[in-house]
Formats: sequence, C-alpha cells, structure tokens
Amino acid sequence: MSIEALPADLAETAPAARKPSTWGIVVRNPSVIIGASIVIFLALIGLFAPLLGTIDPSEINPVFRNKKPGVERTIRADDGTERQFVHRFGTDTLGRDVYSRVVYGARVSLIIGITVAIISVSFGLVIGLVSGYIRWLDGIIMRFMDGLMSIPAILLAMGVVSLSRAGLVAVVVAIVIPDIPRVVRLVRAIVLSIREEPYVEAAITVGTPTPTLLVRHVLPNTIAPLIVQGTFICASAILIEAILSFLGIGIPPETPTWGNIMAEGRSLFRIYPHNIFYPGFCLAFAVLAINMLGDGLRDTLDPRFAKRV
Amino acid sequence: MFAYVLRRLAATIPVMFIVAVLVFLMLRLTPSDPAAIIAGDNANSEQVAEIRKRLGLDQPIITQFVIWSTKTLQGDLGESFFFKKQVAELIADRLEPTLSLAVFTLILAVAIAIPLGVLAAYRHGSWLDRIVMGFSVLGFSVPVFVVGYLLIYVFAIELNWLPVQGYQRLEQGIGGWLQRLILPSLTLSVIYVALIARITRTSVLEVMNEDYIRTARAKGQTESKVLRRHALANAAVPIVTVIGLGVALLIGGVVVTESVFTIPGLGRLTVDAVLARDYPTIQAVILLFSLTYVLINLLVDVTYTFFDPRIRY
Repeated sequence: MSIEALPADLAETAPAARKPSTWGIVVRNPSVIIGASIVIFLALIGLFAPLLGTIDPSEINPVFRNKKPGVERTIRADDGTERQFVHRFGTDTLGRDVYSRVVYGARVSLIIGITVAIISVSFGLVIGLVSGYIRWLDGIIMRFMDGLMSIPAILLAMGVVSLSRAGLVAVVVAIVIPDIPRVVRLVRAIVLSIREEPYVEAAITVGTPTPTLLVRHVLPNTIAPLIVQGTFICASAILIEAILSFLGIGIPPETPTWGNIMAEGRSLFRIYPHNIFYPGFCLAFAVLAINMLGDGLRDTLDPRFAKRV
Repeated sequence: MFAYVLRRLAATIPVMFIVAVLVFLMLRLTPSDPAAIIAGDNANSEQVAEIRKRLGLDQPIITQFVIWSTKTLQGDLGESFFFKKQVAELIADRLEPTLSLAVFTLILAVAIAIPLGVLAAYRHGSWLDRIVMGFSVLGFSVPVFVVGYLLIYVFAIELNWLPVQGYQRLEQGIGGWLQRLILPSLTLSVIYVALIARITRTSVLEVMNEDYIRTARAKGQTESKVLRRHALANAAVPIVTVIGLGVALLIGGVVVTESVFTIPGLGRLTVDAVLARDYPTIQAVILLFSLTYVLINLLVDVTYTFFDPRIRY
C-alpha cells in the first residue's frame, strides 16, 4: 500500500514545489505581459461591447450609406428623445455603423479563437495519448494524420466549409480539423519520450492500470506545451476565420466579424478604404498580441521547445 | 541516392492515398445528390437515374472509389457542376497566373529573407537584429489581405505607380505581366519572408560559434565569404526545410491574394468552386495542391545531400 502511494506522492509534491517560481517567471516575461494585457483589453471590449457607445451593429440605414469616418447623425430613440451619434469609423454600403461592427467583431473573433483552441487541444490530446500509448493503433492514426497534414490548412478548411451551410459551427469545425493533427503529433512525441522515464516504468511495475497511468503520469507533462500550442492555435484560428469570412464562405455576412466587415468593404475599397483598414488593424493587433503571449509562454513554460525553434 | 529517391517517392503513395480517400469521401458527405445537381432543375427522375448510372453513383462505395481514383490517375478529373467544363481543362486555364505568382513570390521571399536573416545573426543583438525579429513576429500576425490592401492603397491608389488589380498573361508582354505581379507577390511574400528570415537567423547564429568559423577568420578570409561560404552553407539544411514546409502557407496565401488582386488563378477557382458547391472542382484543386506540397517537400529532402554532403542516402 505504502509503495503504491509513493510515486503518486512524488508526482504531486514535485510540481507543487516548483509551481510558484514557474508562475513567477511567466508573469515577469515582457512578451507575456504585453500580449496578455492586449488580449484582456480586447476581451473586455468584446464583453462590454453594448456599453462602448455602439449602436445595433446589424441596423441598416439606407440614408447613411458609405459615409466617411466622423460623420454625425441624429438617432431617435423609441421614447422620442433624440441624440447625436458620431460614426467614428464611418458606415458601410448598407449604412451600418463600422465602429459598432468592429467592436462587436471582437466578440466573435475571440469566441472562435478560444473555442477552436479548446476543442482542437482536447481532441488532439486524447488522440495523441492513445496513439502514443497503444502501439497497434499508432501506425493507422499517424498515417491518417499525415494525410490530413498534407492538405494545406486553408484548403482543408474551405473543403469542410463547402460540405454544409455556412455558419458558426461549420466554421469552427472547419478550423479545428486541420489543427488536430498538429496537436496529435506534439502529444504523441511527448508521450513517446515520457513512457521511457523511470517513474513511468515504476508505475507500470506497481501495476497501475493504463488509464490511471496516462492521466496521472503522462498527462501532466503535456500541459505546458499544450498551453503554448493552444495559444498559437487561437491566433491562427482568428486569422483563418477572418480569411474564410473575407472570401465570403465563412460566418453569414450579417454577423459582425472582422472578416465580414472587410468582405463588405472590398467592392468600394478605392473610395472608402476605412471599411477594410479599421477591422484589418484590429485583426492584426489581436493576432499579434496572442502570438506575443504564445512566444512568451513558450520561452517560460517550455524552454526545451523554445530552443528547438 | 537514386534508390533513396525511389523509396521516398514510394513513401508518399500512402500519404496521397489517404488524401485521396479523404477527398473522395468529401463528395459522399455532401448533403446533396451530385447527379441531381448535374441534371439541373428541369430534369425528370429518369434523367437523374441515367446520369447516376453514367457517373457510376449506383455502384457500391468501394467500386466507386476504385473507378474514381483510376480516372483521376488518368487525368480525368470529371466535369465541373458549375462551369460545365472538364475540370482538367479548367485547371489548365488557371495554372499560369497561380504558377507565376507562386514562383515570383518564392524568388522574392528567398532573395529578401536570407540576407536579412544572415545580417540579423551577424549583428546579433543590434537594432538591425531587433527590426528583423520584430518584422518576423509582425509578418506572422498581419493577415495577407490587410497587407494586400495596404500596398494597393499606398502604391496603386495614392502614388499611382502600379496597377490596382488584375492579371495579364505572359504571352501579352512581359512588362505588363511583371507590373501586375509585383504587388501580389510582395503581399504574399510577407509571411514567407518572416518565416525564412527567422529560421535563417537562428541557424546561422548557431553555426557562428563553431570552430571552423574562427579558423576561416584566422586564415584571413573576408567577412562576407565567412558568412556565405562557411556560415550560410552550413546552416542551409534547416532553412531549406522551412522553405519547403512554408509552401503550405504559400498555397493558403495564394487563395487569399488572388481574391484581393482579382487574379484569375487556381486560388480564385477554389473560392468560386466552394461558393458554388462545385465538388469535382474542389476535389481536384485540393488533390493538386496537396500533391504539389508533398512533392516539393520530397524535393527538399533530396536537396539535403547537395547542401550537406555528409548526408548520404
């Protein structure tokens, strides 16, 4: 009984003793500080979008079409009171307020980025653990993943999107599928190196069942690299969603996403470049921040990986 | 060497087989009946059945896969639902713009990125190094279409130096062709330059501390020769690998860039095919791009012996 408890105890005390110092290094890294602050800032913008001087982002106003940034308009509320509203970023071809659409767009982009990261990391983790630990399945799974990885990500996403009606779920699935093989490879590589470690052999010797072994001894080793990978997936998911929407095959056009606003602005770009530039800069800013966060996390959480790249 | 190439070529067969299965299953997963789409809205059920029989859609799925893959291998990619033309013909039409754009971008990116990366490594820690590294982080984050529109805005609209959009075939004169390729290639090369410059910097930095660099300097070799002959040559393998892997980014970028610059290439064809749910065309384009990607990376593996004679197969 006491022998069986030993490896588990070690596994619990060792990271606990190191934890505060790792966390300390992470929160002092400049990339992490800058990246995380911007991400939190954007998340707050998305969360409090209705309070940031916005109007309904889908409200169509035929009189106020294609206005340059800064134009003023009187809005009459339901109770008859009037107020002046400034279209800070101008309006699009349907007279919708670009500022409101960009602010609400932060919501959709962040939701998609985080959802895709969580889903692909979870699926990739399970498949990777299975592939790394169950030898006879490994060959089949990895050939399948190789096949998926030979299709360029955007093309694969476009193929998946074409299979169903455009919508949030289809887009998330389409972005998740090309990301899964990358997570699987990472997890599998970790599992293959960890399974040779003495503490795993010790756990096998004392008769730990495979599921327990995976969860208690292998899984904790994958957490840090997966947080890093998840951050990068989040950034690329936001980019791919914007690309799909921009090409007109992503989220339905009435939903305000940065890609959709840009798709809307394409036809009149020469005269009204603001429809492309405001959402475009927000998009670049968001992706840059998340990538910086990822770089910082990689350098601090996963130094082995940082050396390799 | 030859045996190695053959072995590697054989190893791509299972990968391409999986890709083919995935692409084939795509058509099976579609919510609509391909025979009904081809027949059009005015067809009666007999005509639809007739088309189904002609396409072999009434056969068991394994037989269908065998028929489909045999035809694909013979270059018969089927008929497009939307363009009502042979897909092979469609692709042949669209090949030139995409190939021009891709090759031009590749040359441009390598020509910009490698000197930048080497200089950044040579002046490690200097402002130049910081600028290159900052650019490479930025290049990864700014979406292709934002770069594209920014370049159009500055160089085509404000300065009026280059045409805004469009493509001119090579046969109509090299000047117009080149002129219309500059902005799209610059756009597309940004992410690629970021990728290659970063890996060049890292791998050159790694070899700069080697003994043979010191020896080369000690014998009085000029700095530029040290960098080119001794540092870059030894750092080449990872750089070439990343150039090969980056082709996936390039292909994704082609789709977007062609849409921004209204270039009638394969990328634009893919977007139109997805919008029209034109499955034979989507399948063919995915197969073609994946095959290109796999073969380019095979080629990269083979060039290792050229860059590093110690590697023997």
